[in-house]
Amino acid sequence: MRVTQGTFSYLPDFTDDQIAAQLRYSLRNGWAIMVEHTDDPHPRNALWEMWAQPQFDLTEHDVDVAMADVRAAREGLPNAYVKVVAYDRSLGRQTSKLSFIVSRPPEEPGFRLDRQEGPDRQVRYTLHSYATEQPPGERYR
Amino acid sequence: MDAKRNNNSKGRWTAGVTPYAEMGYWNPDYEPKDTDVLCAFRITPQEGVDAIEAAAAVAGESSTATWTVVWTDRLTPHEHYQAKAYRVDPVPGVEGQYLAYIAYDIDLFEEGSIANLTSSIIGNVFGFKALKALRLEDMRIPPHYVKTFQGPPHGIVMEREYLDKFGRPLLGATTKPKLGLSAKNYSRVVYEALRGGLDFTKDDENINSQPFMRWRDRYLYAMEAVQRASAATGEVKGHYMNVTAATMEDMYERAEFARDIGSVIVMVDLTVGYTALQSMSKWARRNGVLLHLHRAGHGTFTRQKTHGVSFRVLAKWCRLLGVDHIHAGTVVGKLEGDPNAVRGYYEVCRARHSEADPQLGLYFEQDWASLPGVMPVASGGIHAGQMHQLLHYLGEDAVLQFGGGTIGHPMGIAAGATANRVAVEAMIQARNEGRDYYAEGPDILAQAAKGCPQLDAALDVWKDITFEFESTDTPDVVVTPTLS
Repeated sequence: MRVTQGTFSYLPDFTDDQIAAQLRYSLRNGWAIMVEHTDDPHPRNALWEMWAQPQFDLTEHDVDVAMADVRAAREGLPNAYVKVVAYDRSLGRQTSKLSFIVSRPPEEPGFRLDRQEGPDRQVRYTLHSYATEQPPGERYR
Repeated sequence: MDAKRNNNSKGRWTAGVTPYAEMGYWNPDYEPKDTDVLCAFRITPQEGVDAIEAAAAVAGESSTATWTVVWTDRLTPHEHYQAKAYRVDPVPGVEGQYLAYIAYDIDLFEEGSIANLTSSIIGNVFGFKALKALRLEDMRIPPHYVKTFQGPPHGIVMEREYLDKFGRPLLGATTKPKLGLSAKNYSRVVYEALRGGLDFTKDDENINSQPFMRWRDRYLYAMEAVQRASAATGEVKGHYMNVTAATMEDMYERAEFARDIGSVIVMVDLTVGYTALQSMSKWARRNGVLLHLHRAGHGTFTRQKTHGVSFRVLAKWCRLLGVDHIHAGTVVGKLEGDPNAVRGYYEVCRARHSEADPQLGLYFEQDWASLPGVMPVASGGIHAGQMHQLLHYLGEDAVLQFGGGTIGHPMGIAAGATANRVAVEAMIQARNEGRDYYAEGPDILAQAAKGCPQLDAALDVWKDITFEFESTDTPDVVVTPTLS
């Protein structure tokens, strides 16, 4: 399966130039750039690990700096999901403005849907990520 | 004006019928206070009725007045409670219609009650005989009154964090056919649409709990579909469970059941009324469930230009009483919606602060005092081939709902969903890369379709479908030629 979280998961994987174009757009809007990663892609996992401190002070001319973070995370974590988050601190928004996966594990085993049958035909559902059967650091190998 | 009849003179209190304008409901010198509720009404007086008197009558009948002089007004500081018409302008280019601006003191309204606000402002006055027609075009809600409401239970920002979806319009589809599917067949549509790439599916407004499918069965089967699709994609998915019912007790029962089985969102129809909506809003906040509003029935009073309530006013009321989604027009789809008017509605739903802009039909400045935004929903006769237009007119913070445009896809429902998702992602990519996506839209879609047979088929089957009819409701503005 393919985890389709993020803004562009239905498109073919972006080239470095395409990633850079999105970074340029984000920086032009004054957004901070964060690179985050996880080996637990459950849709409710809101807290991916931060690869580095967020880049708050870049301009659109510093795409290379942001791109270096992306490359380092991707190369350092070949068996994890890596995403770029563009963060908008402006009043009334104060949250992510764009978020897209830039690298993913070679194999994505996906999720099992567990059902706990209850009374009156009610079912309690749990999404179980196959990868998390292994401890952190041992997944997607 | 007859000096003997002014508001504080003895003549003002003579028993009988006195023109409203002379009873203090017309005051061209009045300077609206920051705390006043302001209204812009389009009035069409009967033949022979003076526009100013008509405006004063509207002010009177929507505040303290009755048809004759009553001495009991003198037991009150009536000047304070009287609404004041302070400006009347002819509508540009239209004979016999006027825009009347009326100010209401904030003390006239109960805190945090849309039922009370509307009982005053649109209570009796719309049937007033001296007017042929009356339309509430816009309202300025002062921040002091805004602050008595909690607004959307979650709002755009919280909804995006809840769903973990950023940077693109959300996608949905209404299950079709609207009526007649059994619960299991219904959930087939939900599952296919969600696993194919949509974020939401939706009950239609008239799907409540009919003999062919009772609500409880629908919810259980729909939830299975939602969870299966979530497992297939790793994304948060939702189905708007319509909880509209005959009584509040029934609605709470259905909403609680939806919550208990794990639904992230419920929906309710406008037909339930403002009080019920506000109750559902509080319920949704208490229970962490998003609240979608279908504006069923609004066209009966929002569409005609001379009589009723503009949708922009209804949208303001709904933002105050608090919903997370509201249907607000598509511009390009099958339902009424002049582009400028729809832009104005979206502004009402989402802005933190708006300046008056007659081109968009916004008659007043509006400060929302940090009340969260409502996600506008575009639904009705839209398809993937219009993605560049939809993004251009409606922007990123919207739900685009392709019902027929998903379920009617020649390769199946999931393929229809994928076509829409690829189209929206490709358009966002192009926009962010700095391309003129509105002009190049068809090329961008054609390019994306090369790697996506589902999109290719969608573009082919719906390529010539547009709904081009003249809008009945457009903002009236004086066209001023630009000097160059």
